[in-house]
Amino acid sequence: MIALEVKDISISYNNHLAVDKISFDVQEGDLLGIVGPNGAGKTTLFRAILGLEQYSAGKIKLFGFEGPKYHTLLSLIGYVPQRVEFEPNFPATVSDIVSMGIISDKTIAKGAKLIQQCGCCWNRVYKNIGNNSDKIIEALRTVGLEHLKNRRIGELSGGELQRVFIAKSLVKDPILLILDEPVTSVDVESQTKFYNVIKKINEENKITVVWSSHDLEAISKYANRVACMNRKLFFHGAKEKFFSDEDLLKTYTESAMQMHMHNHNHDV
Amino acid sequence: MISDVLSYGFMQKALIAGIAVAIICSFMGTFLVLRRYSLFGDGIAHVSFGGISIGLFLGVAPLWTAFVVAILGGLGLQKLRQSTKISGDAAVAVTLVSGLAIGVILISASGGFSADLFSFLFGSILLISLEDTALIIAISAGIVVILLALQKQFLHLTFNEEQAKIAGLNVTALNYVFVVLAAVTVVTSMRLVGILLISALIVIPNISAMMFGRGFKKTVGISITMSIFSVVTGIFLSYYLNLAPSGTIVIITVALLLGTLAARSAGLISKTSINIPSTISHNS
Repeated sequence: MIALEVKDISISYNNHLAVDKISFDVQEGDLLGIVGPNGAGKTTLFRAILGLEQYSAGKIKLFGFEGPKYHTLLSLIGYVPQRVEFEPNFPATVSDIVSMGIISDKTIAKGAKLIQQCGCCWNRVYKNIGNNSDKIIEALRTVGLEHLKNRRIGELSGGELQRVFIAKSLVKDPILLILDEPVTSVDVESQTKFYNVIKKINEENKITVVWSSHDLEAISKYANRVACMNRKLFFHGAKEKFFSDEDLLKTYTESAMQMHMHNHNHDV
Repeated sequence: MISDVLSYGFMQKALIAGIAVAIICSFMGTFLVLRRYSLFGDGIAHVSFGGISIGLFLGVAPLWTAFVVAILGGLGLQKLRQSTKISGDAAVAVTLVSGLAIGVILISASGGFSADLFSFLFGSILLISLEDTALIIAISAGIVVILLALQKQFLHLTFNEEQAKIAGLNVTALNYVFVVLAAVTVVTSMRLVGILLISALIVIPNISAMMFGRGFKKTVGISITMSIFSVVTGIFLSYYLNLAPSGTIVIITVALLLGTLAARSAGLISKTSINIPSTISHNS
């Protein structure tokens, strides 16, 4: 079953084409790694999938649904951006933040009905765990942060914080988890812990994951499929095919370098 | 002694209404401060001055006209921030002076300042009627019930508006409910400390509470406790020392803030980095 279908999507800002006719699909259970240089349109594309960005052409389907049904399913998507802006002294504990991810039974029932309609089985790991506080603890256990449940979020490291946001997404049993360069500002050791959590969530909890990154090594280790984009999509397929194609890797590296130089010149 | 003072009807009414106002100002204030809406309360209070003037000018109950004008002012302010390029603090300034200007025009047209108007400007908790006390309790109870029911949504909205939107919350509707609740809180609380000092009760106990570096519920609890302490102590002190209750209450909240800062410096409470929101803008 196709969990996410992106078809000929184009997105423009002030006459600048940020995403140009991109098409790909994500099968249920996939861990799709999206690679592309800075400014390639990855975040813009994710925001369009999440309903935060208007697209000028194309269509996006979630489990085959568009329009109002698509919007019903949107709240069942987990999303971890590069960085969540919040007040450093925000008076919330790790548990407070994870609890924000819990959604109403009514929303879940609507989503479950749609998922059932398309003949899928929505694997709900946290469904029968117990009350909300049990779910929070279990989600924190999954990401290895149970011991920090009463810690104030302003006291966490970047890596811990990103894992808290994963836990916040997990408590609602997401039908899809989107991670937008989630470890950009995280140290290497924490990155490995983070990636292992993602792999575990994908394999054990059977959650479909779409993950953007610049880290080709991590993509080659953890993803099963790869999409490569720089405003346009120039590869989508099995990981092995991407990493065995020297020309493709060269194109990606040159493209990333050009974009890096372009950004650098703009900065100067 | 204290029991004698408590036998006075005006003191009983003042304490009951004061505690109710302390609770709603602190609870609502937590969200307002964290959303960098600290001066929003001040803006709405000044707009409600225009509303009171309309009531006095037309000869109708000024509290009710204040409610209507404050809610409309709050919604207008929200709209101004959302749909124009005017920054948050500038939008508050525009709304604040507009309310004041309307008030000044209407007051001069109706023959100048009256005792009634002064009681709204500087508070008159010791002169509060039984009907007003009942009204403050009823409205405060309503605000607390709504805040408890929407606490999780407001917390999400306050933490990060975009994350709240992604989670499927109707952010626009919640923002309007938030503004209406803030406006009603401000007008309900005017009788205690007056229009000119209302933002002190909304902001100061919350800043002090955040210094303790606790989670959301504990922070709200500390803020409410400090606020109630300030109001009760302020009312008693003002009675014994023959001082203005509003000013006394606010000075106690400031003293508690200074005490908390001193305790932090001495290492008696959490030493985590604290950066109190100081400007008015959206947090996402």
